[in-house]
Amino acid sequence: MIDMAWIDAALISARPQAVGALLRYFRDLDTAEEAFQDACLRALKSWPVNGPPRDPAAWLIMVGRNAGIDGARRRAKQTTLPDEAVLSDIEDAETPLAERLDGADYRDDVLRLMFICCHPDLPATQQVALALRIVSGLSVRQIARAFLVGESAMEQRITRAKAKIASAGVPFETPGPAERAERVAAVAAMIYLLFNEGYSAGGRQDDRARLADEAIRLARLLLRLYQTEPEIMGLTALLLLQHARAAARFDADGEIVLLDDQDRSLWDRRLIGEGLALVDKAMRHRRPGPYQIQAAIAALHGRAARPEDTDWGEIAALYEALERQNPSPVVTLNRAVAVSKTDGPQAALDLIAPLEPRLAGYFHFHGVRGALLLELGQQAEARAAFNQAIALANTPAEAAHIRRHLDRLMLNGETR
Amino acid sequence: MLYAILCYNAEDVVMSWSREEDDAVMARLNLTHERLTAEGKLGPSLRLMPTTAATTLIKSQDLVIDGPYAETKEQLLGFYILDISGLDEGLEIARELGRANPGGAYELRPLRLFLPGAPLT
Repeated sequence: MIDMAWIDAALISARPQAVGALLRYFRDLDTAEEAFQDACLRALKSWPVNGPPRDPAAWLIMVGRNAGIDGARRRAKQTTLPDEAVLSDIEDAETPLAERLDGADYRDDVLRLMFICCHPDLPATQQVALALRIVSGLSVRQIARAFLVGESAMEQRITRAKAKIASAGVPFETPGPAERAERVAAVAAMIYLLFNEGYSAGGRQDDRARLADEAIRLARLLLRLYQTEPEIMGLTALLLLQHARAAARFDADGEIVLLDDQDRSLWDRRLIGEGLALVDKAMRHRRPGPYQIQAAIAALHGRAARPEDTDWGEIAALYEALERQNPSPVVTLNRAVAVSKTDGPQAALDLIAPLEPRLAGYFHFHGVRGALLLELGQQAEARAAFNQAIALANTPAEAAHIRRHLDRLMLNGETR
Repeated sequence: MLYAILCYNAEDVVMSWSREEDDAVMARLNLTHERLTAEGKLGPSLRLMPTTAATTLIKSQDLVIDGPYAETKEQLLGFYILDISGLDEGLEIARELGRANPGGAYELRPLRLFLPGAPLT
């Protein structure tokens, strides 16, 4: 006996491999997606009766391939002059299925499918939307809801993005090692973008927040394909460790709760455990990269039972390492927060002072600066910084968070 | 007689369960777990993290590799230790668990040695 939920999960998990293989056969994304859709419909009819196949992906590829070939033959009959080249290509595709079982093919199929969503001409949100449609198989309606836009607008966006990758040409040749590494890096960046779409959704448990779960699923998939890649371990660990804090990041009113004030009993210990295990695995390779370093920082937070147990010295050192790999004023700002815990607020203020020209329009810069000034007792300057932060807040929750600082300031000012 | 039931399932399918589906499967399994525990038949049981979190030491060369030892179609995802009358009862329990958690396979394997060790949490 199999239930529909199991079939659903089997279809979802087989999708990247099956659509990836069908794309390789048919060399056309729409045909591959249609063929997979056909195979899914047949699975929904056949599996409950005949039981699930031992290898759902292989079943779907075989049935999808036959469905795609049938479709092409039907279309060929309707046209006066059948395209010989297309037909002979399709006959070629009927070579034994054993070919598919080749591990390298399977990896390249899935990687190709993920990689075509990362076309550099596509803006970040379109890459993410396309991946959700093509790789994850979310419906346009689900994606539209996650991005808080109308269904037809999202449909258009996805159609345009697909047209763009079709005209750019899907890379079918087997990638060399350098090219493969490049593709893996592009896919990792796309997965991180997808995660951040969900992460920035705040405390809500809606379609958008679920994007973080989907990003973790894709990261685990990428890691299964590239089990020995420390940066993919780092990426997966980073997502797990950040997502573990999701339930504690916002209070009942939807207001931001800072790390130091979070109820750590709400942190998901299972996700933290998996994240810590992956950080350990990655470190063994001694090939640090930005994802690994960020994961190591998140791991230090995850390991601290109480805020005062946090190893801020180590965190400051890790941010310094991250600055060397990825110089950015935002990373320096984060390092300054760690430095304020070890060397005090003045040291941190000295560190961020040179960043002002570049971060003057950045909400967090003024928020951090205000908090440091407040620690030093410079209330008027702190208030000015907080007011600048509120003016630059990206979400109501960010503005409300700073406003609470200001309220406390007022209160202290009155009682002192 | 002490038996282990080793739980094999397609990890990518299990990892694709929504949180609700995972909770629903665990709730169904828990009915059997609770009954077996009350009957004094179920000892330690556990669920493993994904194979991506695994590391393997090849002893002969002291070689450390990322991932599980065996690359299988279905992965070892957990196990139960049971004190039961024999294979027939074991198969009956495995079928009951299978109705709550379809897909994959249960391997029934008698225990040669059982050391409960320290009580871990």
